Amino acid sequence: MSIRLTDIAKHYGRAGRALEPVSLEIAEGELVGLLGPSGSGKTTLLRIIAGLEAPDRAPAGRILFGDRDVTDVHVRDRRIGFVFQHYALFRHMTVFDNVAFGLTVLPRRERPSSGEIRARVHRLLEMVQLEHFASRYPAQLSGGQQQRVSLARALALRPDVLLLDEPFGALDAKVRQELRRWLRQLHDELGFTSLFVTHDQEEALEVSDRVAVMSHGRIEQIDTPDALYRTPANRFVFEFLGDVNHLEGEVRNGVLTCGEAHLAVALPDGPEELLLRPHEVRLAQAPTPEARLPVTVTAISPVGAEVRVEIAADWLVEPWLATLRHADYERLELRRGQRLFVIPRRWHRFSADATQQRQPAAA
Amino acid sequence: MQRVGDSPAVRRLLVAAAVLLAALFLLLPLVAIFAQAFSQGVGVFWANVSDNYTLAAIGLTLFIAAMTIPVCLVFGVALAWLVTRFQFPGRRLLQTLIDIPFAVSPVVAGLVYLLLYGRNGWVGGWLDAQDIQLMFAWPGILMVTVFVTSPFVARELIPLMQAQGSREEEAAVTLGAPGWTIFRRVTLPNIRWALLYGVILTNARAVGEFGAVSVVSGAIRGETMTLPLHLEQLYQDYNAVGAFSSAALLALIALFTLAAKAGLEWRIARQEVSP
Amino acid sequence: MSALAFALPRRRRVLPGFGLSLGISLTFVSLVLLLPMTGLVGQLKGLSLAEYWAIVSDGRVVASYTVTIGAAAVAALANAAFGLLLAWVLVRYDFPGKRLLDALMDLPFALPTAVAGITLATLYAGNGWIGRLLEPLGLEVAYTWVGIALAMAFTSIPFVVRTVQPVLEDLPPEVDEAAMTLGASDATAFRRVILPYLWPALVTGTGLAFVRSLGEFGAIIFIAGNAPFETEITALMIFVKLQEYDYAGASAIASVVLAVSLALLLAINVWHGHFIKRLHGGRG
Repeated sequence: MSIRLTDIAKHYGRAGRALEPVSLEIAEGELVGLLGPSGSGKTTLLRIIAGLEAPDRAPAGRILFGDRDVTDVHVRDRRIGFVFQHYALFRHMTVFDNVAFGLTVLPRRERPSSGEIRARVHRLLEMVQLEHFASRYPAQLSGGQQQRVSLARALALRPDVLLLDEPFGALDAKVRQELRRWLRQLHDELGFTSLFVTHDQEEALEVSDRVAVMSHGRIEQIDTPDALYRTPANRFVFEFLGDVNHLEGEVRNGVLTCGEAHLAVALPDGPEELLLRPHEVRLAQAPTPEARLPVTVTAISPVGAEVRVEIAADWLVEPWLATLRHADYERLELRRGQRLFVIPRRWHRFSADATQQRQPAAA
Repeated sequence: MQRVGDSPAVRRLLVAAAVLLAALFLLLPLVAIFAQAFSQGVGVFWANVSDNYTLAAIGLTLFIAAMTIPVCLVFGVALAWLVTRFQFPGRRLLQTLIDIPFAVSPVVAGLVYLLLYGRNGWVGGWLDAQDIQLMFAWPGILMVTVFVTSPFVARELIPLMQAQGSREEEAAVTLGAPGWTIFRRVTLPNIRWALLYGVILTNARAVGEFGAVSVVSGAIRGETMTLPLHLEQLYQDYNAVGAFSSAALLALIALFTLAAKAGLEWRIARQEVSP
Repeated sequence: MSALAFALPRRRRVLPGFGLSLGISLTFVSLVLLLPMTGLVGQLKGLSLAEYWAIVSDGRVVASYTVTIGAAAVAALANAAFGLLLAWVLVRYDFPGKRLLDALMDLPFALPTAVAGITLATLYAGNGWIGRLLEPLGLEVAYTWVGIALAMAFTSIPFVVRTVQPVLEDLPPEVDEAAMTLGASDATAFRRVILPYLWPALVTGTGLAFVRSLGEFGAIIFIAGNAPFETEITALMIFVKLQEYDYAGASAIASVVLAVSLALLLAINVWHGHFIKRLHGGRG
């Protein structure tokens, strides 16, 4: 079922706006991530869609599930599944009773027979791979297991819309990775419409069909992960989606100068700030005619698929981060304290109003 | 945010029911005490309060409370320090034992003291031979009052000192502070409000204890009658206004206790947030 | 206990004052709390088993057990409902006068029991403010067991409120929200989700209220009427025996009261501990 929001806003007392009027459309069967720093309004938006918070009356926003206007429908009648960050399992009930809860509180007319409930709960537990834990209490399960129970519980009523509030936020790194792949699989198998909140860009980009990046109660951009990363709409999105190196200087006659560093750029005269992703920073033994950016290696971390190298220089306000392939790392024979030159592969620049972007390829 | 039972109808119904019941059940008796005490005017109330026997009862009651508080204070602080700052076998048992006075009926408490220290008891018999009488005299009243009030200070301090942990005191030790200085300069400022609240509770109970005291007092007018015993006597003598005049004095102490509690809880809460 | 503490190898303790605080605590506990209990034992040793049995199973005494336990049970159950309501209202809602209502909850603990006793007796007597309204309806409270239950309920209501209140405060909002997103109505969510969370605290608070009611004396004797076989409570029976200088009889009855109170207190502690363990993860 599709979700359509128009002009949904929220403010809390005099504390200010938690959500500027937001409009958003999610297609049936889509998995959308709401990504943003804390305080960006992503959880508020999710809770409004769930019906756990009421949106402001003015502007009179609407929430539609398919053709059904649910703006004034109570949370218990919205037919959503909601997964909480801290699982919110009923600790006095067994795993089985937790998952069965939604079915057992249906009005008697709609309630399945107890035999059918049992069958359905066992199918759900099988799906979340917890069929042997039916008679355990939540306190006897690990965090990852509890979150799977919580998911099974939310899915028991076959909701059209599944909402997840930082579902993996309380779990450790390895379990999160497993669980998010597994969530993606489950989503593809069952085909419900999902919206999930996260502050972890990697998680959002890996799992979602589309990601909405939020800040200060606004959706800054909503796009596929690929488009988001390649063509960020503004500087906030660019900076939020990954590590960024800053180069500030003065452009004169097509050359940007910053202390002893120079870089040829096709830009008009005046102060300039260029942004580079770590993988766009190439390290070399010698400068090129276009770029003379001398740096010193301050730290090397060869763990993982690529080598992370921290570099510093007098002309840099903050140290830079460069990521290298292991082959390049070995070829350069990098060590701490070594003096090298940076050759930018490409750089990004956002104009003063922070909405436009130009992206010339350089050197 | 929505929670269960937040719909206006449910909320209004439950609040109304709670307020109505509390007003009838708790507030009305409080009002009635003062209404009865002043039912024949301030003059009669004053005459009742300044009656010699009443004054003697007030004096004894205040004396007992004044003696009880330091004893309970020393015990409460020592016990709280012991069970929250040290690990030793029997620690849990000790914590359970101090709750005995809460579980024991006050009449039973009075009785066991009477049995031990009365003329027929093994300690009392010996004391009697030395011409020392504890029961049916103020020392007996003091002893049972200490018994029934002994848990209050410790009960207030233990949870707080447990929550605060001993890191600050350990820091003081590493800085070379001697024992009493640690207690006075580090521990005491952290627990002073809880300590004060414990004292106020001790005072309220010491002033108002009835069952245990009535067993050991001997009810000698002007000598071993505390204020609660005195008002009982007046009430049995059909002097309702006199009884309620004394009751009003005790109710004032109760009201002071409630106000102090509200104030101190606020301070303790504030302290826990920003230690 | 003390022997054990001293038998430990002398390990250096970081903080000072172990010896002093242990000394004060043990002296106090032994002299004030434990030693007097020996008086009771001493007195009971003078009785043969048959004599003991005759005293504690005497008709008038047994009638007092029935009155005390019956009234205490009614008072405790009424307090469970009333206390739950008050705790709920104080935690969940904001309304004018809330802080006053909260402060009022402690009145029964702060008010001397004798004061509560004469006040309740006066209010509910036939010519009292409330008694006058109830009399035409044929409801007699003062000098009946209803009055006893009322006085017990008055003195023990804070136990329930103050035990349930903090647990309700700690109940995370997600529990409500989870129940609602799963379609539960207010009534269902309360009964199936919230009440089970409060259950240990509610049972503990009610149990404590019951124990307190069993031993209550000052608040009851004024309103009870104290008619033998009808409205005599057990604490009064002890008192009556004492006034007759029947120390043995008083001790025998007191031993029953004491045993029941301590056993109940122990049972509440054990049950509570067991329940809490299941909810907070003991595997098995």
